[in-house]
Amino acid sequence: MSFDYGKYIRMEKMPFLWCPGCGIGIVAKALYKAFADLGWENNDIAMVSGIGCTSRVTGYTNCNTLHTTHGRALTFATGIKIARPDKHVVVMAGDGDILAIGGNHFIHSCRRNIDITVILNNNHIYGMTGGQYSPTTPQGAYAATAPYGNVDPCFDVVELSKAAGATYVARGTVANAVLLEKLIRNGLAHRGFSVIEVISNCHTQFGRRNRQPEAMQMINEIKERTVPLARAEKMQPEELYGKFVVGELYRANRPEYTEEYERMRKKALAKHQTKG
Amino acid sequence: MPQPIKFYQGNEIIAHAAVTAGCKFFAGYPITPSSEIAAEMAHLLPLYGGSFIQMEDEIAAMGAVIGASLAGAKSMTATSGPGFSLKQEHIGFACIAEVPVVVVNVMRGGPSTGLPTQLSQADIMQARWGTHGDHPIIALTPAFPEELFMETVRAFNLSEQFRTPVIILIDEVIAHLSSGIAFPTREELTIIERTKPSVPPDQYFPYDTSFGLVPPMANYFEGYNFHVTGLSHDRTGFPTTNPDLVHNDQVRQHEKIYKNIHQIEKWEEFYLDDAEIGIFAYGTSGRSAMDAIVRARKEGIKVGLFRPLTIWPFPDDPIREKLSKMKCIIVPEINLGQAILEVQRVLGPDIPIKGIHRVAGVPIHPREILALLKEINNEL
Repeated sequence: MSFDYGKYIRMEKMPFLWCPGCGIGIVAKALYKAFADLGWENNDIAMVSGIGCTSRVTGYTNCNTLHTTHGRALTFATGIKIARPDKHVVVMAGDGDILAIGGNHFIHSCRRNIDITVILNNNHIYGMTGGQYSPTTPQGAYAATAPYGNVDPCFDVVELSKAAGATYVARGTVANAVLLEKLIRNGLAHRGFSVIEVISNCHTQFGRRNRQPEAMQMINEIKERTVPLARAEKMQPEELYGKFVVGELYRANRPEYTEEYERMRKKALAKHQTKG
Repeated sequence: MPQPIKFYQGNEIIAHAAVTAGCKFFAGYPITPSSEIAAEMAHLLPLYGGSFIQMEDEIAAMGAVIGASLAGAKSMTATSGPGFSLKQEHIGFACIAEVPVVVVNVMRGGPSTGLPTQLSQADIMQARWGTHGDHPIIALTPAFPEELFMETVRAFNLSEQFRTPVIILIDEVIAHLSSGIAFPTREELTIIERTKPSVPPDQYFPYDTSFGLVPPMANYFEGYNFHVTGLSHDRTGFPTTNPDLVHNDQVRQHEKIYKNIHQIEKWEEFYLDDAEIGIFAYGTSGRSAMDAIVRARKEGIKVGLFRPLTIWPFPDDPIREKLSKMKCIIVPEINLGQAILEVQRVLGPDIPIKGIHRVAGVPIHPREILALLKEINNEL
């Protein structure tokens, strides 16, 4: 079925500023498709981002958009959602942005289970600032600030999100756009805090320093390392080392923050009235 | 029906004034000596149709109030010393993106953890210059219970009228002094709301200056689908590095405050008419100065007080008008010399200006001011 991307893209802002072959375009396209599948109207969506390449998606998206400070998109998004619980709030973030400088906001947003969907484009590097290692850069990989190989251990986004309290956690890749659309659509529809990690390519800043300077080379490597959840369940942990397990990895039912606040409000009003 | 007189501390008065002014969202983080504001907002907001949230840190609280304001809710946060430092990043965002928010800073001893439970007036310059870049700011310095109420309402009004963060700058003593007060009702107050766009969405630009220095502001979810960024932007709200557009927008943001300064400045006078010695003081030091003046007058010393309620933008013209004929000026403040620098700038080198500066975590006692007044009076 044909689909009009123009509904969600600010066409007058084309072309994108991303490098040719960048994975972010694939993520944005999957997101717009998910909006369309759910029938979401532009005016009912607020999209919030921080700083970095991924954060520039807001500028190209035709809805209520907010491009904020480094790592702190979730704080603004929380204010928007609480002021207007009836609207959809989506955060676009990169791994450096939301997991390093924004790490504290990330875990606490998971904990609250506020109805916000995070699309976390994980390209394992700080792209815009020039290829510095991020909290997801693999140990041993090279970066502008790791010229002899990265010493820092890295985060597993899925485990981090689950442990912190997110109630929908999924992982997809830019090598499988069809699966990615589905994961994003289900994350958007989920009532609670949703995290969709997207394994993405930054051939310019990560690949160039790690023997994968071409976009397709990186995307193919991501594809080769991808293991669907059903297959992963039958594999041993050592077999899964260095693999990207994809699919809907976690779902839980917990009260959503703004709904819980409304329950508290009713209680407060009742108490206030009995007191006179 | 008149409201009953009840006993409240300064922090609680601010919270009550905020909900009366229409505040619908508060995000905070626990910090002494401002915590009672958050506690009172947590108590009041659910009853007034608003929402309260305690965030994970001060930066997050400041981000949340900006988000809520963009979504149409009048919003406030409150903090003190170290928390005010943390908020600066997002105060800068609210400046460049022109988002109305109210920030209360209860000044305590510093730097760093300093004196958490004791007062200072050492954030005067942080309020003005705390965030990076050139930007104007509005900061108010109420000192009495009724003033705390009315200036909080004025802070919301100014933030909405000028699309800007407004800082309420009080010290720990003002925050914790309890007094009897009858709150005004909303009907008795002037409440200003942000100017909404008068054009259809396809003709709306969030920084359109064709309507004046303060562009009309749509809220999110009202069909305007506009973009807000912390990057330098043009009238459409999208980033630009065009030198003329960047410069002109920064100048316009400066002018929206400074060309309207007479709508923003506010001060109180005390025995200034026949005074030969002028005191410039605010907050707790302003109250100490009033006591010293009453005592000094009994001894025949002609002294009066200029007490700013708007400290930023600095009241250059009123100070020139009221204090330039004085033989001497005293500036008592609980810092090592901040507002005095501005008084010196405005009045120039011809008038002797003496400071009383103590950073001991205690108010400047009226007798210290009185002693200096006697000394100066003997030399006149």
